[in-house]
Amino acid sequence: STQSTGDFRFLAPSMAARQTSNLAKVAENCWTKAPKINAELFTLTYGAIVWQLLKDNENIEDVNNQLEKMGYNIGLRLIDEFLARSNLGRCKDFRETAEVIAKVAFKMFLGVNASLRDSNDKEFVLILDDNPLTDFCELPESHKKSLAYCNILCGVIRGSLEMVQMRVECQLIKSILRGDEVSEIKVVLKEILKDEMPIGDD
Amino acid sequence: MEELRKKNNSLNVVDRKLPTKGFHNKVSLSAFSLLFSELIQYTHRRVHNVKDFERRLADIGYNVGLRLLEYISWKEKATKRETEFERILHFISNTVWKMLFGKNARPEKSKQVAGRYMITEDETLVNKFISVPKDLAGLSCGSFVGGIVEGILYASEFLAKVTTHSVQVPENPRFPRTVILIELDKEVFEREAPQDG
Repeated sequence: STQSTGDFRFLAPSMAARQTSNLAKVAENCWTKAPKINAELFTLTYGAIVWQLLKDNENIEDVNNQLEKMGYNIGLRLIDEFLARSNLGRCKDFRETAEVIAKVAFKMFLGVNASLRDSNDKEFVLILDDNPLTDFCELPESHKKSLAYCNILCGVIRGSLEMVQMRVECQLIKSILRGDEVSEIKVVLKEILKDEMPIGDD
Repeated sequence: MEELRKKNNSLNVVDRKLPTKGFHNKVSLSAFSLLFSELIQYTHRRVHNVKDFERRLADIGYNVGLRLLEYISWKEKATKRETEFERILHFISNTVWKMLFGKNARPEKSKQVAGRYMITEDETLVNKFISVPKDLAGLSCGSFVGGIVEGILYASEFLAKVTTHSVQVPENPRFPRTVILIELDKEVFEREAPQDG
């Protein structure tokens, strides 16, 4: 395996005794402190963006890719805010990363609780039973199987994790809009990226 | 609980139970700002002049506005539709603005031109984290909000031409004032006229 656990050596003292309940407290705190905006505006704006993409692109697969790419760009910036607000240090391992994403990140930005299943050192599955992006939304039959409506979330996860030295692949495997009970995103760790020191740093 | 959810999800979206109190009221401002900024960047990649840019943003806002009217009316427990323009103007500047942005906007009626109205806002929330590059000088991302207004008006049968403008304010140079100009269609204006008599 190309993975090395050496990169996870540096633990901030506050991380040493982290437990799930602690994460929930951090999450609640971040959510309470965050300035908020009406959720419907967010939901409807996202819907309009997907509409715009469908108009601009003939191929639904292109739309899915565009959504993922947009999410990626968002993720690159989102991680800074996440780390600053949550004040959490490095995660001990991939399993902890999964916990933090599910318990803290989703709460902080979308105000919802996500859960995990099948989490290990190589992959995990995020379960979203509550998702502001898909409120009031219904997909027409022609797009139900092919459009990955929430693909932006896959991109956000990929972008954020890349900035903390993890290259992952995310896929929307279940979707409320396709008739499943919950939405699920599978995240697979592909590679730990080496820490690049910026040029000019001593 | 699982059974209920499964049943709910399998129903047609208009048959499902409406969300009650405590449903997703809010998301974090950063989530929206990040999404909006990505929208701006996507639009920037596709168009390179101000007019088309504003048109695209207005189209997105239009889609939002169309659907917003029904939702807000239900939320506010409005018992009847607004049929007079001045009333809907107030509805937009006060109720809609309050719900979306947490503050009120200022509606005005033009004294020079009949059928022309304006909604003015000092610090548009959506513009807060956007900086306009030099090659798109004059762009107002408030066109998105103008689009929302247009959508609401269209959904209430008030056809109008809506444009958004950015006005530099000397007291607050970093945040220009957003002015949404509404020009009522002739037929709407004539429809309204007898009431003024």
